[in-house]
Amino acid sequence: MVPLSYFVTLSFLLFSIGVVGILIRRNILMVLMAIELILNAVNINFVAFSRFQQSLDGQIFVFFVMTIAAAEVVVGLAIVIVAFRRRATVNVDEFNLMKW
Amino acid sequence: MILGSAVVAITAPNLIYSALALLVTLIHVAGIYVLLSAEFVAAVQIIVYAGAILVLYLFVLMIFSEHQGQQALHASYPVGVFLGLVVLAEMLMVYWGTGAASDGGTLAPPVWAKAGNTQAIGVLLYTKYLFPFEIASIILLVAMVGAITLGKRSHKAKEVAGANGSSNGHETIAAPISRVAVEHRQEETPRV
Repeated sequence: MVPLSYFVTLSFLLFSIGVVGILIRRNILMVLMAIELILNAVNINFVAFSRFQQSLDGQIFVFFVMTIAAAEVVVGLAIVIVAFRRRATVNVDEFNLMKW
Repeated sequence: MILGSAVVAITAPNLIYSALALLVTLIHVAGIYVLLSAEFVAAVQIIVYAGAILVLYLFVLMIFSEHQGQQALHASYPVGVFLGLVVLAEMLMVYWGTGAASDGGTLAPPVWAKAGNTQAIGVLLYTKYLFPFEIASIILLVAMVGAITLGKRSHKAKEVAGANGSSNGHETIAAPISRVAVEHRQEETPRV
């Protein structure tokens, strides 16, 4: 059977890929997708520890994380669309309205 | 496979390709859940993430697909890669360096194997976690209302867009967003 540390290491790697994705992409949609990757890494951790602790609480938390992810995606994409209408760009570097 | 498709997802120059690579990643993560005998979480992962969230992304990508910049990566992306590696090294050091990794031990069969994963989760969700469950449904409702409100064109925005005269293709953006939000809502409800 696969030990717990493999799952945790996989989760670490996925989390880091998500962080790199947030930092290096110019498109704001890709930043949102990288956030999905990070949330998935956290979910892997939750499920792995839930399995190894023989407790279902971790899986319940995975549901709540998924709920928040769905809400975040809906609101985030709506904000992106509004910003695109106003600025006609999806580039993160050009969203500088709050800079002074 | 998960890591490879995740790397493709964050580096592919075409956004559609990266969305599809993200889909591959999510489905493989569902496979990991099955491996951990969390079948219900795996099913919800496929339905909600692969079914709903990725479809929502693809809708928006179709709208934006002709507006992509020439350069996909940020100008200073080596700094981003370096910071990501720093984060990874920190996590690995904390986990492997402190001896926490050796506590894994052997794996007993899950205690919920008798009654079934879904039934055990349902019982726990409606007894111990009833109040967080209600809060989660309120959050979904607020997200749906917020998405529809944001997606609707206000009069002021219409004037601005009319002054620009360049808003023809975007009148229909609000409709798919609110529709997919409703789809989200409908999928969240029967899953318990």
